Amino acid sequence: MKITFPHMGDMHIAVKAMLAGLKLDVIPPPPITKRTFELGIKNSPEFACMPLKINLGNFIEAMEKGADTIVMAGGWGPCRFGYYAQVERDILEGLGYKFKMIVLEAPDSRLYDLTQQLKALGENVSLWEAVKAIKYGWNKLNAVESVERQFDYHLPRAWDKDRVEKIYDKAVVNIDQAGSKEEAQAAAHKAIREMSLLDLKPGQPLKIGLVGEIYTLLEPAANYEICRLIGRMDAEVSRSTYLTEWINDHLLGGMVKKSVRKELVNYAQPYLKYSVGGHGLETVGHAVHFAKMQYDGIIQIGPLTCMPEIVAQSILPSISAREAIPVMTLWFDELSGTAGLSTRLEAFIDMVHRQKIGTNKHSKEA
Amino acid sequence: MKVGIPRGLFYYYYYPLWKTFFQELGAEVVTSAWTNRQTVEKGVEAAVDEACFPIKVYFGHVRELCCEPLDYIFIPRLVSVEPRSYICPKFMGLPDMIRATLPKLPEIIDITVDISKTDRLLKKDIIRVGKIFTPNKQLIKQAYQHGLYQLYKCRQLCQDDYNMAEAVQMWEGEQITLPATYNLNMGVLGHGYSLYDQMISMNLINRLRQMGCRVKVVENLDQDSIETKAAEIPKRVFWTLGRKSVGSALFLESQPEIDGIIYLACFGCGPDSMVGEIISRKLKTKPFMMITIDEHTGEAGMVTRLEAFCDMLQRRKAAVSENYISAYG
Repeated sequence: MKITFPHMGDMHIAVKAMLAGLKLDVIPPPPITKRTFELGIKNSPEFACMPLKINLGNFIEAMEKGADTIVMAGGWGPCRFGYYAQVERDILEGLGYKFKMIVLEAPDSRLYDLTQQLKALGENVSLWEAVKAIKYGWNKLNAVESVERQFDYHLPRAWDKDRVEKIYDKAVVNIDQAGSKEEAQAAAHKAIREMSLLDLKPGQPLKIGLVGEIYTLLEPAANYEICRLIGRMDAEVSRSTYLTEWINDHLLGGMVKKSVRKELVNYAQPYLKYSVGGHGLETVGHAVHFAKMQYDGIIQIGPLTCMPEIVAQSILPSISAREAIPVMTLWFDELSGTAGLSTRLEAFIDMVHRQKIGTNKHSKEA
Repeated sequence: MKVGIPRGLFYYYYYPLWKTFFQELGAEVVTSAWTNRQTVEKGVEAAVDEACFPIKVYFGHVRELCCEPLDYIFIPRLVSVEPRSYICPKFMGLPDMIRATLPKLPEIIDITVDISKTDRLLKKDIIRVGKIFTPNKQLIKQAYQHGLYQLYKCRQLCQDDYNMAEAVQMWEGEQITLPATYNLNMGVLGHGYSLYDQMISMNLINRLRQMGCRVKVVENLDQDSIETKAAEIPKRVFWTLGRKSVGSALFLESQPEIDGIIYLACFGCGPDSMVGEIISRKLKTKPFMMITIDEHTGEAGMVTRLEAFCDMLQRRKAAVSENYISAYG
């Protein structure tokens, strides 16, 4: 049994570590390239949202490398992600691939269910080993994210931006290859130390809050490296969701860290009173939160035709007006190009910058 | 007191219920006109670009309704109308979307319909809404019961090939006669609020009738058989309308007299993009055509496709008696 899974940001590092802990053979899909997109687009329904197309490309490429078992998440709506696995299986079977698909159906925020499902995967490991495997994956993920947060901080401030990116990229590879929790943490510390030695520009950069659909937020290939693009324009990006937070809230039931979801629901309350599936409510809540934290601008991103994000998009202008913060929405599909994206980002950041120097916070509220 | 009900989205499924409910509570019910060019223009102007066509049209209906003096406007939040199923995220945020986009609205009555786990919340919300008009709880419950009865009566009309839009018109006392002769039997599926809206669907159903088709829609079929067929899919489809479409498609395929199946999808509709794919993969023996529409679709293109499809079915029918022609062409 050679297991593969879809890419989502740095998740592959954690999943690889976890499945290896369950004594399973893992073949992660190759990094997402143009070919991944092409394979996905060719074989997916035309109007499906982009994550499905990338998933499919991942699976095909992984199976070309010899994978024969796919692990995929499920769900019970209303977002169409819940039906991804079914459609993807039909398509791949139609293409003639022979494989087994294991769908981890919405564990409903219960750690026990997840452990059970994972234990069923690795047939010859004990429950204790399963828990240990999850913990190991979790630790690696935390190591990556500690570097990532420093990266987000240093990229807009540093003079030598190439160097920051290089340190970060190298750290991710090192953590991925690390054989133990200690090694992974050491690699993270080394990268953070290197970053802290860099020369920084004086003053505070603009602060941009990035909100939106989780896959587009976490997968750089799906958002055309928007975080780096903004960082290179000397603006600091804060993403609304980091992978550890999402896993903590949705899979571990807020057991590891304190969940912020309740707070978000409160922030969203004046604008959106009901969960709309996907990350619609979170997007609205985070946008209000960023505004309250005196951020200079908010950018919403999502895959084209994403239903929950359309609801949020309709509501964002009223947040923008009431909280006095510029908001822009960017949709991504397989036809987006980096040049157009940079132009729009530059214009937005220019506008945010001029608004910041033109008005101080007191007149902003008027 | 005047309550406005926009003639869009779930108007086509629940209007008799809501109208009866508000009238029995002593309110006067007004609706917007049937969707027309102005509705579309007003809607497209107000809604975000990425919203699907029916949602934009709904925005148009709300704007049109607000041209006259109203005390309340009824914009329900439909989360789920049956256990463990949803409609679509956009319906769940509809009142919030409208509120954020259109200023100066009359007061919104936004009843929350969510019976995915229990119907306690719905019952509470009905009382809450009813109390706007009367303090008498018994009266409110009665009005709701009468509403349900009227809805049942209206749906009964669908047993003779009428679609829900026509059933609502007949329920209000109009006479509609369907062509008596036909030479093709066509199953037509899709979300009711786009399919039965003559402007959104560009009169798809009547066009097919003019081409000599007897049109069967979801409401014309035996609901239990649909559910049985829908249960054959490995994973239950968790969108109410999507599940009915899948079930109907499979049921129609098993009916020998049906010649072909058409699915009308809206561009950008999440459930449609998945459900259309499932149906087209599951249907093996009957010709199937999927038409995707949005506010830019030209009528001529659609008519050509319908004519070609009908021609093909005619020829297939004539040829089947001699030798079999596969559904894949």
